[in-house]
Amino acid sequence: MTVMTLAGAINAGLRAALAADPKTLLMGEDIGALGGVYRVTDGLQAEFGPRRVVDTPLAESGILGTAVGLGYRGYRPVVEIQFDGFIYPAFDQIVSQVSRTHARTRGAVTLPITIRVPFGGGIGSAEHHSESPEAYFAHTPGLRVISPSTPQDAFTMIQQAIACPDPVLFFEPKRRYHVKGEVDVERPLADAAPMGGAHVVVAGSDVTLLAYGPLVATATDAATAARAEGISIEVIDLRSLAPLDLDTLAASVQKTGRLVVTHEAPGFGGLGAEIVASLTERCFDYLEHAPVRVTGFGVPYPPAKLERHYLPDLDRILDGVDRALGRLGAAAAPTVPARGAEVAQ
Amino acid sequence: MLQTQTPAHFAGRESSTQTDATEQASLARMLAPSGERLPNAELDPWVAELDAAAIGALYQDMAIIRRLDAEGTALQRQGQIALWPPLLGQEAAQIGSARALRSDDFVFSSYREMGVVWARGVRPSQLNRVWRGVTASGWDPYEAHMAPLQVIIGAQTLHATGYALGIQNDGADAAAVAYFGDGATSQGDVNEAMVFAASFQTPVVFFCQNNHWAISEPVGLQANRPIADRAPGFGIPSMRVDGNDVLAVLAATRIALDRARTGGGPSFIEAVTYRMGPHTTADDPRKYRDPAELELWAGRDPLARVEAFLRNQGAFTAQFEQQVAEATDAAAAEVRAETIAIPDPDPMELFDHVYAEPHTGLARERSDYLRYLSQFEDPAAPGQPQQAGQTGGAR
Ligand SMILES: Cc1ncc(C[n+]2csc(CCOP(=O)(O)OP(=O)(O)O)c2C)c(N)n1
Ligand SMILES: [Mg+2]
Repeated sequence: MTVMTLAGAINAGLRAALAADPKTLLMGEDIGALGGVYRVTDGLQAEFGPRRVVDTPLAESGILGTAVGLGYRGYRPVVEIQFDGFIYPAFDQIVSQVSRTHARTRGAVTLPITIRVPFGGGIGSAEHHSESPEAYFAHTPGLRVISPSTPQDAFTMIQQAIACPDPVLFFEPKRRYHVKGEVDVERPLADAAPMGGAHVVVAGSDVTLLAYGPLVATATDAATAARAEGISIEVIDLRSLAPLDLDTLAASVQKTGRLVVTHEAPGFGGLGAEIVASLTERCFDYLEHAPVRVTGFGVPYPPAKLERHYLPDLDRILDGVDRALGRLGAAAAPTVPARGAEVAQ
Repeated sequence: MLQTQTPAHFAGRESSTQTDATEQASLARMLAPSGERLPNAELDPWVAELDAAAIGALYQDMAIIRRLDAEGTALQRQGQIALWPPLLGQEAAQIGSARALRSDDFVFSSYREMGVVWARGVRPSQLNRVWRGVTASGWDPYEAHMAPLQVIIGAQTLHATGYALGIQNDGADAAAVAYFGDGATSQGDVNEAMVFAASFQTPVVFFCQNNHWAISEPVGLQANRPIADRAPGFGIPSMRVDGNDVLAVLAATRIALDRARTGGGPSFIEAVTYRMGPHTTADDPRKYRDPAELELWAGRDPLARVEAFLRNQGAFTAQFEQQVAEATDAAAAEVRAETIAIPDPDPMELFDHVYAEPHTGLARERSDYLRYLSQFEDPAAPGQPQQAGQTGGAR
């Protein structure tokens, strides 16, 4: 076991992937001499050279579009998008090309492209540096979307993403980059848990609490806090956002009968909506209360001084748990107008 | 006050929309519309080996794709295919460029390049499987060395650039070629592709067919100056050729490919031509186009000038004409018979190849749909238009 930061674990995973396959190459802005703005690719250009670790011009569509061409030629590009909010110029290439070239060519062309995206807020940053755009991609057929929450998963999952013949969006919880944890760098990839599987982080019996990426740690803290009040929360790290490991999630909900989902992204049309719908379809008879979502709001990601109100934190998650337990009175319930109530003028 | 005169240090703004005459005068050309062979010191050496038979073969290619194009429109009218984007008028641009390629070069084209598809050895009915709505790709890209037709305007120029980067990494001497239109040159992707290609000096040829129209928008709306003038600003040498002159196009493409193969980096060719037909079978150009323009360009027909040239050489014999007629008739008969016989896809093909590895979410949807379909006696029945008052189809 080696102690590593989450960023360092991704770096180690990238190094292993570059060493394992000469067709693997990294592309992105400032990933060479600088090692990326978060130093995730630190030292890799020096080790593998500028043809394997490529600083590209500042054009995200250009990066993804050339990655498609490299994929056609048999390469395995690993692309870094510098920040979540800068993926949108590449949206067309990802949705219209990367995601569907395998289907378009009836399986003749595989595009094993990995798209690394530092995502999420809580770092007091300027606009466009704290977004959570994962739902756009989870919604898109042909893509896989995953997000690690620990250094061990970061190390393993980045290598699994690169090895996967399908395009993978790899969302890196940037506010957790510097968190340290033990990483088994010796364990062969083949022995690791599959990329698509969810992981029960804390076993519990009263409420199922689902999180991914940056909020897994917060959800775990919530479970610890609730335990002091005699509430047993089962925390599950989704790890894979598309596809969802519904078997694992449903087994938990069937046990607890109560479901809370949390993410930083806005709630409307977000991952939580899909998860709640899917689990309600599967677990309707087991549910003791309507599922609850604790998410960012339907507003543009706010300026730094407001983000603590936007981001789900320990207390907001516990508030959600209370609601799932039916512990909050109608007055405190969220704004569902009573039937027949007059619409505010 | 705003200055009306351009200060010297903001030079480069002088020209605006060109006239037809200045445009025509700016083109590299080897065959005049009359069939006269114009000497061209730069281009001549690149096609010096072409004898009358080789030029006859180019003519035959152009005659065949013109006929296949007419068949495409006819098949659409008869309901055998859903849509057809005619290439009429662009035969020389497509055949001249595509016949310059080696089999290991790789083509990324847009949707109008049936002539290029033909030159890559794909059966025309394979292409028609796409327009019939049976599949998204009619051929194996690695067999034809050509990607499926691209519908997103300009996107494929980046794919060609990336592929060329791969060629460069491999130390191979092949090239990638991107085909795109005048309208596409306004897209960010095309401009980004030129930036990437110039920075990495990739072996890619940007082949722009300026057919003067992007659906209803004239080229002047995309480009205030000749399109070819843009590339040097990116550090990419460019050439403007008469796109209706198959010899000039062939020569220009050979020059660009030679540069690509010998480490010379990217090149840009603007083949100035004209879209004689509608944008697609769904379009009506009478709403936006002056018929006089069509007449003008009819006088610059890419086939007629080769015919005149070969006649002058005594090579357009009755026997040759007969041979071309037989080849075009055969190609037309074949594409018709094969297109009409294309079977509908199996409904479950819907779920194939979305992922290269098993996907639990899609597997669930697939098995749900199989269960649903199993209730029908005729698996082709679901989703067919139903008669009024009828519910549940054949369930
Ligand atoms: C990104 C995008 N925007 C719009 C369209 C719709 N569209 C299809 S063809 C076309 C015109 C393209 O003109 P040009 O590039 O000159 O090619 P041509 O049709 O003349 O061959 C447009 C606007 C599209 N396919 N893709
Ligand atoms: Mg055009």
